[in-house]
Amino acid sequence: MRHTIAVLVENKSGVLARISNLFRRRGYNIESITVGKSEREGIARITLEVDGDELAIEQVTKQLNKLIDVIKVSDITHDEMIERELMLIKVSADASTRSEILQIVDIFRASVVDVSPKALVIEITGDRDKLDAFETLLRPFGIKEIACTGKVAMVRHPKEIK
Amino acid sequence: MKLTGAQIVIEALKQEGVEVIFGIPGGAIIDIYDALYDSSIRHILAHHEQGAAHMADGYARATGKVGVCFATSGPGATNLTTGIANAYMDSIPIVAITGQVVTRLIGKDAFQEADTTGITSPITKHNYLVKDVNELARIIKEAFYIAKTGRPGPVLIDIPRDVQLATADFDYSSIEIDIRGYKPSVTGHIRQIREAARLINESKRPCILAGGGVITAGASEELFKLATKANIPVATTFMGIGSFPQDHPLSLKSAGMHGNYAANYALMECDLLIAIGCRFSDRTTGKVSSFASKAKKIHIDIDPAEINKNVVVDVPIVGDAKIILKTLIEYVQEKREEEWLSYIMELKSTHPLTYADGLAIKPQFVIEKVCEVVPDNTIIVTEVGQNQMWSALFFTHKKPRHFISSGGLGTMGFGFPASIGAKVGRPDALVVDIAGDGSFLMNIQELATVVENNIPVKVVVINNRALGMVRQWQEIFYKKRYSSTILKEVNFAEIAKAFGVEGIRVTEKEELVPALRSAFEYPGPAVVDVIVEQEENVIPMVPPGAPIDQIIGGK
Repeated sequence: MRHTIAVLVENKSGVLARISNLFRRRGYNIESITVGKSEREGIARITLEVDGDELAIEQVTKQLNKLIDVIKVSDITHDEMIERELMLIKVSADASTRSEILQIVDIFRASVVDVSPKALVIEITGDRDKLDAFETLLRPFGIKEIACTGKVAMVRHPKEIK
Repeated sequence: MKLTGAQIVIEALKQEGVEVIFGIPGGAIIDIYDALYDSSIRHILAHHEQGAAHMADGYARATGKVGVCFATSGPGATNLTTGIANAYMDSIPIVAITGQVVTRLIGKDAFQEADTTGITSPITKHNYLVKDVNELARIIKEAFYIAKTGRPGPVLIDIPRDVQLATADFDYSSIEIDIRGYKPSVTGHIRQIREAARLINESKRPCILAGGGVITAGASEELFKLATKANIPVATTFMGIGSFPQDHPLSLKSAGMHGNYAANYALMECDLLIAIGCRFSDRTTGKVSSFASKAKKIHIDIDPAEINKNVVVDVPIVGDAKIILKTLIEYVQEKREEEWLSYIMELKSTHPLTYADGLAIKPQFVIEKVCEVVPDNTIIVTEVGQNQMWSALFFTHKKPRHFISSGGLGTMGFGFPASIGAKVGRPDALVVDIAGDGSFLMNIQELATVVENNIPVKVVVINNRALGMVRQWQEIFYKKRYSSTILKEVNFAEIAKAFGVEGIRVTEKEELVPALRSAFEYPGPAVVDVIVEQEENVIPMVPPGAPIDQIIGGK
C-alpha cells in the first residue's frame, strides 16, 4: 500500500542525496518526493510517497531516522491529513475549443495562467484524484506538456509534526 | 586562541584523548601532517591506506576507544573505503580524516580529487565535508560523539586544503553537542523488560544468542549473570565470540554457517530465544524463515532499525545491552530447566568438534597448538576465510575484545593490519594474527610498518597454497572445479626476513610447537609460516540458504 511519510531534516547540502542514496541502497521505491522549507529556520520538510507493506515501511522510517541529518520521521498515512499537489498543464486551444476548456477549468476551480493563439497553460491544485480527473477531461483537446510538483501533505490540527 | 584548521585538527584530537593515528600523508593533507609534526600524538605510518583504516579498526576493537586514521584526497581516500566499510558492517567506532582539494576546485575534477563524502555516505554512520574553518572544531567533536555513542560506527571528515590553512578561534571544551537528529535511546522500556523477564521465567527451553553488541556495550559480566542465574545456555554469533567464556558448561560456542552443532541445534529447538546485540545476519540464521521457528523471540539492540529487519520478534527492547541486562537480571528468577539442560549437555558431548589428524599438518591442529601455547590474555586476530573459521572453532575464546575478526564485510587482508592496531592499543597483550596465505598477501606490505615501528605482532600463516574457503565451496558445490583458487607456494618466512621480521618455516608436525614458542617469545615481530594440508575443509558447514540444523560433514 502507498504510504505518505513526512520527514523533517536539517536544511544542509547533501541531505537529499543521503535520503535518495538510502532508498537506492536498501531497494525501497520512491513514488514521489517533494522538498521545501518548513515553519522553522534551518529545517526543511520532505514529503515522501512510498509503496510497501507495513514491515517494509517500518524499515523505511527506521532507516531514515538513523540518518544524522534527519530530525523526525512520521508515517501520516493513517492520520487525517490534507494532501495537495500542483500541476501545470499546457493544452491545445483555439477559438473553437477555448470556451469549452474554460468551462472545465471553472468547474475544477483551476486557473488559466497563460493564453496564446494555440494553447492555454492551466494551473490546478488538489489531491491526486482531482488532478487525474482534470487531466482525463483535457486529454481529448491535446495535452502538450505537464509539470507536477508531487505531493505535499499536512496532518489536520491538533496533531502536528514536530 | 587562533589556530589554523590543521592545528585545530591536532588539538581537537588531543582533547579527545587520541594517543595514536594511523595514516599516510599526501598533498591534500600535508598541512595536518605538518601540525602533527610538533605534537605528542603517535603516528603509525601505514603502507596502504586500507591498512591504516584496518589498524584504526583493530585498535578500536582491542581497546574500546575510537580509532583514528588519516589519508590524503583522491586515491588516499578511496583506498580507505574498504577499511571504512569493514568498520561500518561490524559497528566499530573510527574517525577517518581525509584531505580534500581546495574548496574552489571541488567539482572541477582537480588533481587527486574524489567525491569522498559521496563515496563514503553508504558506508559511514555520518560524514562531513568541512567548508568553513569556524565549523571544524564542532564537527570533530560531533564526529567522535557520533562514532562512539548509540550503535558505534565510522565517521569521516573531509577537509579541503584551504580550510586546513584558514584560521579560527579554538575553544574545544566550550563546544556543546546538540544534534537534533541524533538522540540514541539507551535505557530500554521497563514494560518490555518485565515482559521479557516473564517469558524467561515461564520458558522451558530458553537459549541466549549473544552478538557483538554485548562486547561493544561491555555487557559480558551482565550476560554471565543472566545466563548463570536462570541456567540459560549461551550461543554466540560470530561477532559475539568472547562475550561468554567458551569453557563454561552453559556455553554452546558460536552458531551459524560454520557454527557448533550444539549451538545450531539449541537455537532450532529452543522455545524462547533471547537475542542480545545481534542483527540476525544471514550467516547466523541460515534460512531465515525456519530460524528458531519454535521460539518466542526477545531482541535487545541499541539500533531500532535492527528490530524486525531480518527476523520478526515478539518482545523488542531498544537500548544499551549492559543497562537493559542489569534491569532484566533483577526480574528474572533463579531456575534450572533440567530436561532442557540435559538435552544441551548431550548435544555437546555427542557432537564435539573433530577433525581427522594425520601425518601432514592439519590447520585445526595448528590452531589447537596456538591455543595451548599462548597466555590467557592473548588477542587472536584473524584474516578471512578458512583460517578465520578454524580460529573461531578450534581456539577456546574466553574474554571479550580478545577475538578480532572481520565479521560482516569479510575482508581478506584485514587481520594483519588489525593486529598491528590491536598491539599498539594493547602493548601488554600477546597479539597473534592467524592468517591464510591468500589473505596475508593482500596487506603484506604492512610488514614494513611493524619493522619501522617495532610492533611485535605475531603472524601464524596457515599456508595451504589456496584461496581455501572458495576452494572448499568449489569442492563441495562445483565438482572440484578449482577455478582460480590454487596458488603457487610462497615462502613467507623468507619474505618476513627480507623485511627484517623474524621468519620461521614449519613443514613438519613436531617443529610446530617449538616454532610457535620461539616466535611468541621473540622480542620483535615474527611470522611463522606453517605448511598445512591443502584440501582440508571447515566442518561443520551449513550450505548457504539452508536451515542451520542441516549440517554437512563430521558427526
